[in-house]
Amino acid sequence: MEQTAGDKRLSVLLNGILRENPVMVLLLGTCPSLAVTTSVTNAIGMGLATTFVLLGSNVVISLIKKLIPSSVRIPCYIVVIAGFVTIIKQLMMAYLQPLYLALGVYLDLIVVNCILLGRAEAFASRNTVGLSFLDGLGMGLGFTLSLFAIGSIRELLGNGSWFGVELTAGVIEPMGIFAAPAGGFFVYGILIALVGILLRRDGRKPRKSFGCGDCPSAKDCKGKEGA
Amino acid sequence: MELARELSIVLFSAILVDNFVLTRFMGICPFLGVSKKVGPAFGMSCAVIFVMVAATAVTYPIYTYLLEPNGLAYLDTLTFILVIAAFVQLVELVLGRFLPSLHRTLGIYLPLITTNCAVLGVTLLNIQEGYGYLTALAHALGAGLGFLLAMLLFAGVRIRLENSRVLEAFQGLPITLISASIVALSFLGFGGVVDGIFR
Repeated sequence: MEQTAGDKRLSVLLNGILRENPVMVLLLGTCPSLAVTTSVTNAIGMGLATTFVLLGSNVVISLIKKLIPSSVRIPCYIVVIAGFVTIIKQLMMAYLQPLYLALGVYLDLIVVNCILLGRAEAFASRNTVGLSFLDGLGMGLGFTLSLFAIGSIRELLGNGSWFGVELTAGVIEPMGIFAAPAGGFFVYGILIALVGILLRRDGRKPRKSFGCGDCPSAKDCKGKEGA
Repeated sequence: MELARELSIVLFSAILVDNFVLTRFMGICPFLGVSKKVGPAFGMSCAVIFVMVAATAVTYPIYTYLLEPNGLAYLDTLTFILVIAAFVQLVELVLGRFLPSLHRTLGIYLPLITTNCAVLGVTLLNIQEGYGYLTALAHALGAGLGFLLAMLLFAGVRIRLENSRVLEAFQGLPITLISASIVALSFLGFGGVVDGIFR
């Protein structure tokens, strides 16, 4: 059956949210997924900030893809991405100061989030503006969804609250370890194992190695992993 | 004396208490990707230490003397990432030309380091914490040494892991992350140590 244009658009959008979820399936962008997920609010803030940057960079890179010489494309992508990071930083500093302070340096580190460079290289530099927009939206929402999941588990177990509202206080003693860095690794590990079970059931193989797969520097380090 | 004390506090805090990998989650990709054997883990860490200190040495004056006086402080992220990228390229070229043996052992990790969030993170944190030049360099050195420590410890753990039988669902990354969580747990014990020693 031939795929219509509408089907293609929908599949590009859904691809990032579920099938190729950047955090859970592609295993990209681990740094923010672990660092800012001590509370749901921070996790969603980070997710939406990244979505904004991803939308902007995907659209701009797709617009100027024919103008960029391939030998200097990575620095060009980085400049575009860093530009959008600066914009969202300034906006958040002005209108969402508590979130800006809570995210701190991790907001700047969106620049080096593999998801952004990865999508620029793997999608936006090869597809039309419209599709790149949808891809950015899907990947961004998928990223936000994963952060939301990790953040919910860590805030609920580690702090006994959800979105800052006390839920299980007095019933279950909060386990501070989940809010600590160790808890971040632990929750992410368990979630990836669960996603792996679902992938296997679906006949797909979960990623074995850590996800440089879509990272633009991948070809520089291929085979050097543990060489 | 006061300076020496401040430098040691910053240095050891960055290694033990605020370990970049295990507490701040920066540089997770190489931490999980290149830690399968001790040799490459060591090489990668040396490259990271060098780039962190050198990137701090370069970006700190740029921020203090160029960006801030001209009201361009908000361009720090953009400038730093470009400076680091250009600098790493330069180092790779120079190493390849003049020190080919070192290039073979360290050079292969250099392209990876450009987009390593630990390097950008350390330069940005230096500015945000308001460190002086020497303190910033000590912080960068500490961050690099902390990365080395985490890499070597974790490489040791992973060698054991390779030979153990793991449930199918946990094979590969999940069990690696859970072991990382236990290593991170051990670093929780360092909280307050540095303040106690140098008080």
